[in-house]
Amino acid sequence: MNEKILEIQNLTVRFGGFTAINNLNFSLEQGELRVVIGPNGAGKTTFMDAITGKTKPTEGQVFFKGKNLRPYAEYEISRMGIGRKFQTPRVYQKLTPRENLELSGARKKNVWESLTASSSTAERRTVVGLLETIGLAVKADIPAELLSHGEKQRLEIGMLVAQSPDLLLVDEPVAGLTDEETEKVGDLLLTLAESHSIMVIEHDMEFVRQIARQVTVLHQGSVLCEGTMDEVQNNPKVIEVYLGSEEAHAA
Amino acid sequence: MTVETVDGVVGALPGLNTRQRKKALVREAAIALGIALVLMFIIPAILTGLGQGIRVNQLGRFLALAIAALGIDLIWGFTGLLSLGHGIFFALGGYALAMHLQLQDGQIPEFFSLYGVSELPGFWQPFRSLPFTLIAVVIAPAVVAAAIGYLVFRNRIRGVYFSILTQAALIVFFNFFNGQQKLINGTNGLKTDTSTFFGLQVSDPRIQTTFYAFSILFLLGGYFLCRWLTSGRIGRVLVAIRDDEPRVRFSGYNPTGYKVFVFAVSAALAGVAGALYTVQSGIITPKAMDVAFSIEMVIWVALGGRGTLVGAILGTLIVNFARTLLSEKFPEFWLFFQGALFLIVVTVLPMGILGWLRTDGINWLRSLSGREKLITYPSLETDPDVEYERKNLGDSESDG
Ligand SMILES: Nc1ncnc2c1ncn2[C@@H]1O[C@H](COP(=O)(O)OP(=O)(O)OP(=O)(O)O)[C@@H](O)[C@H]1O
Ligand SMILES: [Mg+2]
Repeated sequence: MNEKILEIQNLTVRFGGFTAINNLNFSLEQGELRVVIGPNGAGKTTFMDAITGKTKPTEGQVFFKGKNLRPYAEYEISRMGIGRKFQTPRVYQKLTPRENLELSGARKKNVWESLTASSSTAERRTVVGLLETIGLAVKADIPAELLSHGEKQRLEIGMLVAQSPDLLLVDEPVAGLTDEETEKVGDLLLTLAESHSIMVIEHDMEFVRQIARQVTVLHQGSVLCEGTMDEVQNNPKVIEVYLGSEEAHAA
Repeated sequence: MTVETVDGVVGALPGLNTRQRKKALVREAAIALGIALVLMFIIPAILTGLGQGIRVNQLGRFLALAIAALGIDLIWGFTGLLSLGHGIFFALGGYALAMHLQLQDGQIPEFFSLYGVSELPGFWQPFRSLPFTLIAVVIAPAVVAAAIGYLVFRNRIRGVYFSILTQAALIVFFNFFNGQQKLINGTNGLKTDTSTFFGLQVSDPRIQTTFYAFSILFLLGGYFLCRWLTSGRIGRVLVAIRDDEPRVRFSGYNPTGYKVFVFAVSAALAGVAGALYTVQSGIITPKAMDVAFSIEMVIWVALGGRGTLVGAILGTLIVNFARTLLSEKFPEFWLFFQGALFLIVVTVLPMGILGWLRTDGINWLRSLSGREKLITYPSLETDPDVEYERKNLGDSESDG
């Protein structure tokens, strides 16, 4: 039987009186690529925050490979094998892409280990390979702050991969990218999907069509519906709250 | 076109192979050692020859202060922790050594009789031992810093709140030391110059020369310790914490451990500085925990250049000699001058003297001498995209 890599039960997240996630149930199969869509403020980013430990659930549980994540801190959850890319690219600006990747990919992350650690040949080779994959080989040794927006997006995805997580949470990977770059990132994610479970949040419908198999629609902090792209697009509720507003003619 | 790299623009040398890196390291070590030898043997001779023998003692004290500045640079320049309470650690180091010296003649220190204390307080006892004292100079500040740091960092107190807390801790320590006459002579502090040490009075030139030499040695050691820390993997993590601490957690690192560690190392450096400074100035009092003094340490680093280490040392020497010379000539002007200095640094040289030298300064100097502009990022020069942009979008500078 295929064990679920991620299982979320009755998740509720409140900020003061405001309910950002409302009694949400969700699950992701091992090896699945899932796209989560939903209008602005639907709670998509908050959903990722709750999984990665950035925000503790007000109610409900998050299970990763059968383990309840509630007691763990962000860094522990990350080490268990959940990698996360943020909505606005967050790379370490003063470090070079190479250093960014080395840092993310290090197997040993305690203070004492970092004191004496130097990258093994294998680790360094992995980094070189990754730099090729994300197309940053020529800019490997300049500070990341000098990279373009698109390059930072790719670098951050590279950092995710370097961590070799089992589950990748990717928040709006193509926001602000050109069509060409968008397609590159799409291909990259599809390649990664062969060996990882991935959850992608995206607004760009072209892009969603390119990569999506299963789509989950969030609305006001709960799952509105789930299914293939076609099913979702033809769901009247979805058309009303989301696609209707932006993509009425395309649907 | 000639392509050269600028040493240490982003810490380590980018894109150099290990052999070149080793060579650069050997060169750096040789230069540092050379400077240390000059400081140790040549400068004192010159100063004494010029009838400025008193400056040697000043230089020794300022070199000791520079050790503390290195620690500030480590936590502020590299890790983004602005401590305004390093006076605590400086004083702890100073007091530890002063207590040992006060116990040299076998009797209990004189001042105790003033307050009717006839028996040595228990916590003084272990300071009879020199090895214990030397360890305490390093460990006591480190432990206090680690304890404060753990509480603060674990609760994710950052930025300005951290700075305010360190300042509050400083005031607590100041008031404690200032008020405890029966334990450590309160506001009068502990004198060291009349004590004997290895059979000589501490103020004896031979002893003072030894302390001068130790200041240089510890500064050298401190410099290489910080260099080693900041150029390895841990240094990368520290910079990452400085630039985006929340993100670091999602890369699988726990920033708390790193910050506690580096704060403790920095405190230990301040402790060593305090001990060496105390024996060369002859006294340690709670004034070492004045708010102003701890802020001054930060100014030294800001002036010299954050995140450069060498800048921390330079800044310390410049500010302190400027103060000494100015306050000899125009005692009332120093405070204004110091304020102005700080304003200038913040507005004109935000990255300090060394930060400026390493970016714009180097090109400015080269253009003065009519040489070609240095290219900071050789890999960009060979990038076809950059080449294209340059041709088509006009000649833009390769760096800011
Ligand atoms: N820390 C917080 N405190 C208070 N409210 C918050 C907090 N974080 C998020 N919210 C609110 O929760 C709601 C959901 O936010 P979230 O960022 O999850 O939306 P989103 O679906 O990612 O939107 P977008 O598509 O614009 O990225 C928003 O109304 C937001 O204002
Ligand atoms: Mg969002």
